[in-house]
Amino acid sequence: MTIDKSAPAAAAPATLAPAERAVQVLGGDLTEKALRQNLEGLPGVDAVGLEQRAAGLATRSIKTSSKAWALDRIIRLIDLTTLEGADTPGKVRSLVAKAVNPDPSDAATPRVAAVCVYGDKVPDAIEALGAAHGDPDDGLISVAAVATAFPSGRASLRVKLADTADAVAAGADEIDMVIDRGAFLAGRYGKVFDEIVAVKEACRRTDGSYASLKVILETGELNTYDNVRRASWLAILAGGDFIKTSTGKVQPAATLPVTLLMLEAVRDWHRLTGEKVGVKPAGGIRASKDAIRYLVTVAETVGEEWLQPHLFRFGASSLLNDVLLQRQKTITGHYSGPDYVTID
Amino acid sequence: MKDIEPADGRFLEYAPAPESTSILKVRTDYGLFIDGEWVQGRGKSFTTISPSSEKKIATIASASDADVDAAVAAARRAYEKSWAKLSGSDRGKYLFRIARLVQERARELAVAESLDNGKPIKESRDVDVPLVAAWFFYYAGWADKLDYAGLGANPRPLGVAAQIIPWNFPLLMLAWKIAPALAAGNTVVLKPAETTPLTALLFAEIVQQAGLPRGVVNIVTGAGDTGAALVRHPDVDKVAFTGSTAVGREIAKTVAGTHKKVTLELGGKAANIVFDDAPIDQAVEGIVNGIFFNQGHVCCAGSRLLVQENVHDEVIDRLKRRLSTLRLGDPLDKNTDIGAINSAEQLERIRTLSDIGEREGAERWSAPCEIPENGFWFAPTIFTGVETSSTIAREEIFGPVLSVLTFRTPAEAIAKANNTPYGLSAGIWTDKGSKILAMADRLRAGVIWANTFNRFDPASPFGGYKESGYGREGGRHGLGAYLKSGASK
Repeated sequence: MTIDKSAPAAAAPATLAPAERAVQVLGGDLTEKALRQNLEGLPGVDAVGLEQRAAGLATRSIKTSSKAWALDRIIRLIDLTTLEGADTPGKVRSLVAKAVNPDPSDAATPRVAAVCVYGDKVPDAIEALGAAHGDPDDGLISVAAVATAFPSGRASLRVKLADTADAVAAGADEIDMVIDRGAFLAGRYGKVFDEIVAVKEACRRTDGSYASLKVILETGELNTYDNVRRASWLAILAGGDFIKTSTGKVQPAATLPVTLLMLEAVRDWHRLTGEKVGVKPAGGIRASKDAIRYLVTVAETVGEEWLQPHLFRFGASSLLNDVLLQRQKTITGHYSGPDYVTID
Repeated sequence: MKDIEPADGRFLEYAPAPESTSILKVRTDYGLFIDGEWVQGRGKSFTTISPSSEKKIATIASASDADVDAAVAAARRAYEKSWAKLSGSDRGKYLFRIARLVQERARELAVAESLDNGKPIKESRDVDVPLVAAWFFYYAGWADKLDYAGLGANPRPLGVAAQIIPWNFPLLMLAWKIAPALAAGNTVVLKPAETTPLTALLFAEIVQQAGLPRGVVNIVTGAGDTGAALVRHPDVDKVAFTGSTAVGREIAKTVAGTHKKVTLELGGKAANIVFDDAPIDQAVEGIVNGIFFNQGHVCCAGSRLLVQENVHDEVIDRLKRRLSTLRLGDPLDKNTDIGAINSAEQLERIRTLSDIGEREGAERWSAPCEIPENGFWFAPTIFTGVETSSTIAREEIFGPVLSVLTFRTPAEAIAKANNTPYGLSAGIWTDKGSKILAMADRLRAGVIWANTFNRFDPASPFGGYKESGYGREGGRHGLGAYLKSGASK
């Protein structure tokens, strides 16, 4: 049992930013102590049991009409991503062209949900999207920007907020922020919490609306399932619209057990408050077969109403082409090859 | 937010994904497998049906007393002439060969098991058949190391083993019986259950394929009479039985006063104990796996859920949600979680006991699922508000029915868990290791699972206390049931 005299707690601010959800669940007098007690009071996770359940879900056999539906839905849930130091306006234009028209050989192919780029590439993405820019729920494509000193998050809060505000001002619809894993692992839950609340506020546009906030936990660095459950809960309490597994820059990135665990957190939040929070596994999902396993896990854990762009996303770059190959196969009955899908 | 074309149940209504039965070649009728050959049975033949469709699979011979006599005689000859004279390493080679053949024919065996027993293909494919191969591999390794079985140097086989197995894990129970018996140098006459003879008969083909000396393995099919004749037979040295406590008691009476050694693996009414500090989502999975695995047709099933009172509502709510996602239906569909009840008779028993539970005042809840028109089915069901005095807390139901009781303290959990004539297995769910050890020390059950349930491994001994039987199967201990010390006469 941690008492509030312990070093990290004493060093952290006692009172936290009054995020609406946290106030609702933890009570009006929002303190780091209350947050800590809530997170440490979450039931433990048995790693063997969790992985066994994920493996069980992975054995579902999705065939024929279910598979065809799944493949189309996967495309509509993809955040097509490029996050390289070498990203240029040309590369972003090429990515956007792929997002708008994933399979030139079949006009019936759905579009992806969003393109995901670094903050300074937002204007390039918006310009390239043109009329296709908009809400994925309307069949249009959003622009998501990673922010807050992505991927490490090692910068001052001032820098992180400026990073976020810049991207929002440039027109980003969605912000993918990283949590301060160092603070989390040091037990400074209050710092992590306050940062998310502040970044959420930085997502506010001049018209009063907010860019959607995805909170990246970087589960590969949190390392234990107990940490992932606590961080998921923390990110939800602080106001995240989505919780996201990984930056894609750290191994392991998204895994099925970790995603299952995050979905359980989202399910429990819904059970408690009736509110729906999104989940985004990112990094390492390359094959259609794997992506279908994620859909199964979503449907059987939180329900298939979560299979919507505003509640579930895949952060991926190479997944799209594998889905397209599978899609061509289900339509034509035979496999083509990598030269029959376009690269971005 | 609005939805893009909601799935409206379209996705979760997974399209049928049936395992192909083309790999399985079932003969229209089967005789008895005696002395390495197929022979006609002299009893009245019967049919085996698929419990999911009630369609006939094949006609099965029934062994008369004379057939049993012939089978025991063949086993005796094989014991004296060939098997007991082989070196341990040579016996091991045959067992390794059987294990590999089981792996090669795994899909066919899984399909046959699901067809004849009604269990979902994902279980026969991922649990039963791989464990069958594992059992043969494990005991193959022991065949030339019997000096280390714990009975001193040069332990000796018993002779002819009469083995009677149940219908819940037909091929796996066969492996539990035959693998250690053969490794130790015994020969066997095995009688599969009347409703599930198919995989044992396919196993006879594997025995032929493996080139086992004739008479080492004999398979006689039939009903209770055949089993009784086998147990009574004066030239049998060992009786191994898995099944109901009532039949086990009869067997114990029959062999009393004879030279026959006996192991009995009988019923159970296991307590699955969930503490308030348990990893709750995994505990819910464990409860599901504990009682709904194999439609609850498991002697060690966690049929009594003992949940700490302060988390009762939470656990039950989560459990109901989870049960609502289970898929009941065609055992051969790869997405089926709950298959068919094995027989009309068993279904009747489950119904009767469930009705008694309701009459005695427990609250019944069944998962919402569509019940197929033909075949024998029972929706996953839980009873809350069950007391230790309730019939459904005391009698083995052997079906997908969970009785939920509560406790306040670890001491009360122990007292309630042990308050049963059975003592086969138990489960403990808590994040605290010291609590697991303290509980396990005081639970009177042969197998105790911590933060898991219904996990089997050939290296681990399995067996019961009290009316759950005696003797152990599996591991080094399982060899002891088929050996006598080299020093004894």
